[in-house]
Amino acid sequence: MTTARLRVTFAGPHVSYQDGGRPGLLRFGVPESGPMDGLAHAAANLAVGNPADATAIEISPAGLTIECVDGGVTFAVAGGGFVVDHAGTRSGGWEVRTLRPGETLQVQRGHWGSWTYLALAGRIEAAEWLGHTATHTTSGFGGGLLESGGEIVIRDSRISPERERRFPCPVLARAQSTARVVLGPQLHRVQPEAVAALLTGAHTLSDSYDRMGVRLRGPALAIADALSIPSEPIVAGSIQVAGDGVATLLLRDHQTTGGYPKIATVLAADLDRVVQLRPRDRITFQAVGADRAIQIARLHAQRCAAYLGTISTPN
Amino acid sequence: MPSTPCFAPVADHALLVELGETIDDATSDRIVALDRALADDPPPGLREVVPGLVNLLIDFDPCATDHRQIEAAVRNCLAHPPAAGRAGTLREVEVCYDPDLGHDLASVAEQTGLSVDEVIAAHLSGDYRVRMYGFTPGYAYMSGTPEAIQLPRKPAAIRGVAAGSVIIAGPQCIVTTLLMPAGWWVIGRSPTRILTGDLDHPFLFDVGDPVRMRRITRADYDRKVAA
Repeated sequence: MTTARLRVTFAGPHVSYQDGGRPGLLRFGVPESGPMDGLAHAAANLAVGNPADATAIEISPAGLTIECVDGGVTFAVAGGGFVVDHAGTRSGGWEVRTLRPGETLQVQRGHWGSWTYLALAGRIEAAEWLGHTATHTTSGFGGGLLESGGEIVIRDSRISPERERRFPCPVLARAQSTARVVLGPQLHRVQPEAVAALLTGAHTLSDSYDRMGVRLRGPALAIADALSIPSEPIVAGSIQVAGDGVATLLLRDHQTTGGYPKIATVLAADLDRVVQLRPRDRITFQAVGADRAIQIARLHAQRCAAYLGTISTPN
Repeated sequence: MPSTPCFAPVADHALLVELGETIDDATSDRIVALDRALADDPPPGLREVVPGLVNLLIDFDPCATDHRQIEAAVRNCLAHPPAAGRAGTLREVEVCYDPDLGHDLASVAEQTGLSVDEVIAAHLSGDYRVRMYGFTPGYAYMSGTPEAIQLPRKPAAIRGVAAGSVIIAGPQCIVTTLLMPAGWWVIGRSPTRILTGDLDHPFLFDVGDPVRMRRITRADYDRKVAA
């Protein structure tokens, strides 16, 4: 059994351990957490020969720099277009390489994308909560945030030269500025002109963007009787409208209930790509019916499975 | 009996089922009954059922089912209610009403025209029931705070309310699990762990459980927290 040890020389904010997520506990106030971009997370893991839902490191544009202290380990970076510097070579990620003792790996903000994933061949040691390492950032439960000066330990670490290669970012993992939504469920709580404003107005992501959600900028969305709504369950992708007419798109670490009306909900099939937008990027919303949403979900699942199938086999 | 339930699709993977318009015991009982019926006989593709105060969210795998089939399964459950509703399991929450821990006891007393002891007695007399979990892990919204001590929430949330705080607003009561801001009135502190740390039963309450408050002394509280 081999163990690789890496030192974190720099970790920016919002860099966390995430396995595939902690599903099934919404009824206890626990959102799923897990990767913001689930497809990229799975691709990075599969590329190094890990299970798709293994613990990986989610990196924000604030970046991460690590140094290999002991052992060596094959790694993959996937998600967005980040800048990856390793052993004198610079790339745009979507690549499998091997980190050896004494070498440094630096992942920084690049041309596009808000989240990228560093998968390490083996088993990353991280605290579990309710059987998962996914970090719930509000509570800190789970694997937690990485901190400068800390250590990353990989048990049963592997060096797999046969896996080293590039695997270009597929179209289905690129940032997407059109988010398809099903309107509602509280359509009756908003003014009809609010729906028109959501679907035709110019919206951008604000700087207020973290794993819980992103506040949008755009025309105010008028709501009807906001204060009288009993608190009710929320899912990732909910667009809730506060009393001041400002919309927030709720994401992986969302609060599980809320009393603001939800004007629309982004399809799960589009969420991985929408989160790769950045503050100040434009976003438009396109309404689809429930039946069409199901078709989209099924097609998306097929495409993801087909793509991931090409990643998981070594050269 | 309720008029017909309302169904609203939520994205490509969930259905919201509204069973009432106002927060009351009858609506809540219907929600708990439907939640249990779905747990006993889950339709194919069901991933999760999340009870709310007037509705339930049903999350499903869109590759295995769709909104229409889930709606049909719910209608079937509603048309065949279980013979006898289960009452849930009575849970006990220990509360220390030391004024150092229940910072707002004096304020609640002043606003309600009661003495501090009367506020405590009223809180202990409440017939509580877990209506839903929400907001953040382990926050169980209980109904049952007696009318004599019902107050609207504070105009603004107070930062840094300790985990274990027993907080009330309107008819609701929560035992907090995390250090968080809260706009409710802090009347005591509990050593009872809602996040149990037990992997087989990680949350103390199930939705629908009745809850009784039991008073403990400051010495008891300190001893239990240290343990």
